[in-house]
Amino acid sequence: MITVENLSKSFTQNGSRVTALDNVSLDVPDGAVCGVVGTSGAGKSTLARCISLLEKPDSGSIRVDGTDLVGLDGSRLRAARRRIGVVPQGDSLLRQRTAAGNVALPLESAKVPAAQRRSRVAELLDLVGLSDKASVYPDHLSGGQRQRVAVARALAAKPSVLLADEPTSALDPATTDSVLTVLDRARSELGVTVLVVTHDMAVVRRIADDVAVLEEGSVVEHGKVLDLVSEPGSRISSTLLPETDQAEPLRPNDRSHDVVAEVVLVGFAAVGALLPEASSRFGVELSILGGGLTRLGDTPVAKFRVGLSGERSESALKWMIERDAHVRRAPVSVDGVAA
Amino acid sequence: MSEVTPWSEVLELARPATVQTIYMVLVSTLIGVVGGLPLGVWLHMTSPVGLSPRPVLHRIISAVVDVVRSIPFVVLLVVVASFTRILVGKAIGSTATIVPLAIAAIPFFARLAANALREVNSTVVEAAVTTGASKMRIVRTVLLSEARAALVGAVGVTMLALIGYAAMAGAIGGGGLGSMAIQNGYYAYDDRVLYSAVVLLGVLAWGMQLLTDWVTKLVDRRRALANV
Ligand SMILES: Nc1ncnc2c1ncn2[C@@H]1O[C@H](COP(=O)(O)OP(=O)(O)OP(=O)(O)O)[C@@H](O)[C@H]1O
Ligand SMILES: [Mg+2]
Repeated sequence: MITVENLSKSFTQNGSRVTALDNVSLDVPDGAVCGVVGTSGAGKSTLARCISLLEKPDSGSIRVDGTDLVGLDGSRLRAARRRIGVVPQGDSLLRQRTAAGNVALPLESAKVPAAQRRSRVAELLDLVGLSDKASVYPDHLSGGQRQRVAVARALAAKPSVLLADEPTSALDPATTDSVLTVLDRARSELGVTVLVVTHDMAVVRRIADDVAVLEEGSVVEHGKVLDLVSEPGSRISSTLLPETDQAEPLRPNDRSHDVVAEVVLVGFAAVGALLPEASSRFGVELSILGGGLTRLGDTPVAKFRVGLSGERSESALKWMIERDAHVRRAPVSVDGVAA
Repeated sequence: MSEVTPWSEVLELARPATVQTIYMVLVSTLIGVVGGLPLGVWLHMTSPVGLSPRPVLHRIISAVVDVVRSIPFVVLLVVVASFTRILVGKAIGSTATIVPLAIAAIPFFARLAANALREVNSTVVEAAVTTGASKMRIVRTVLLSEARAALVGAVGVTMLALIGYAAMAGAIGGGGLGSMAIQNGYYAYDDRVLYSAVVLLGVLAWGMQLLTDWVTKLVDRRRALANV
């Protein structure tokens, strides 16, 4: 569990002050994967570095499993660091050590005896699928393999929290997938809470339960991905869900339909059955005018623009809303005529 | 032409002179590394990019190192002569020359070592910091370990500089190939002795460079293939 409250951090850069984080609050529940997204310079790395205890915030608190980590010193700081596994942005492996040697590093810091260290390293390399690369040096590993070693190293000392800063930047889609699979396994098999910083929405789409959008040092959106996608106008929704023909504005009706609406459906049951069931139950003719189906993690999510024709169109919509469909109706224009 | 020293005599001069030069260079390099490495680590740690930035202290250490480093060796030789006499009982000969050589070697190597440590990728160092490792551990397992190739290279550069310094010391009774070249060669108008000493100095420098390259390759694991 990570709780960040009112975190602020600014830097002095050749005389002028740069506010990297401005009153940022964020929490990631136990065992969840939270994606932090934002454009370059938004403050993502600064946030990750503050939580990694590499950067001292100007104000605010950072708690991991309830313990405040800001202002710790000496051995207590080092002990706190062991509870937070970090995959830094960029190349972070020791080039003079093998994959196994790199994974062993945190275990040496924690003074784990050699025999235990070896078995733990083997476990972790197995978790990231690199058992056969144990004695290979980083220069002979691919970018994706290096990142997986970095993840294994971050997990070595059994932290409760894993922070990964751009773990997939500069990787191709297939390699990205292998790294994300590893992060996902860390959560599901080890139960760690994961915070992953990325500018790549595909990362959020694939593994995030929660998401926070940073913009110029502030959190502009934060919540569960599946909640945010159904919020009309949210950035998450507009980037993650299929387009429903932007060129044509949503209109209350047109010649061929009594009602036109945008419907967001979350989950197998809703995506599979809600529309046909509404159609048959209320005897309305329902046509899909745009949109499509996507998948967020394991959950299918659909966003359609639908046109309904029939006397009970309104009731059908209402029924869908009662069944957790997120429906955005077009505002009714004054004369009730299609524009 | 009857004045020309026979090769057997040249050899008789060259053998102890070479041994003396090697002895001076190796011992002073050793002292230079033993003293200069911690100094170099200290320089790096206190620098703005180090793990314990201490700007004022850093500037002081830095100034001391650079001032000693910039004293011309001949001057240093003379300046420390009385100190040498106290330490080894005399101011001439190869053992006495080790004192100024070592004093020159320590800051020389310290600066090279600090530069080598600065080249270690800061992300790698930070990754180690986040594991909760102590600073001492990071110095050993990350900084010194990752910079090992550059550090061995720095030892080589120090050795080469000391061969030159040791030869210079020969001019004022330092012993070794320098003395052979200047005392027995140049002042005695004996070109054969002079150039033999010069060639031997060159061969020595070349050999030490080869040795450095070989050790560098040995310790640098970056491009090593899996040692299954
Ligand atoms: N050590 C530093 N000194 C001065 N300014 C800094 C420092 N670290 C970050 N900044 C500034 O803070 C702002 C946020 O930087 P940050 O690295 O957190 O962005 P980011 O979202 O991670 O960007 P990217 O996607 O490019 O990695 C930037 O304006 C940057 O210039
Ligand atoms: Mg960044």
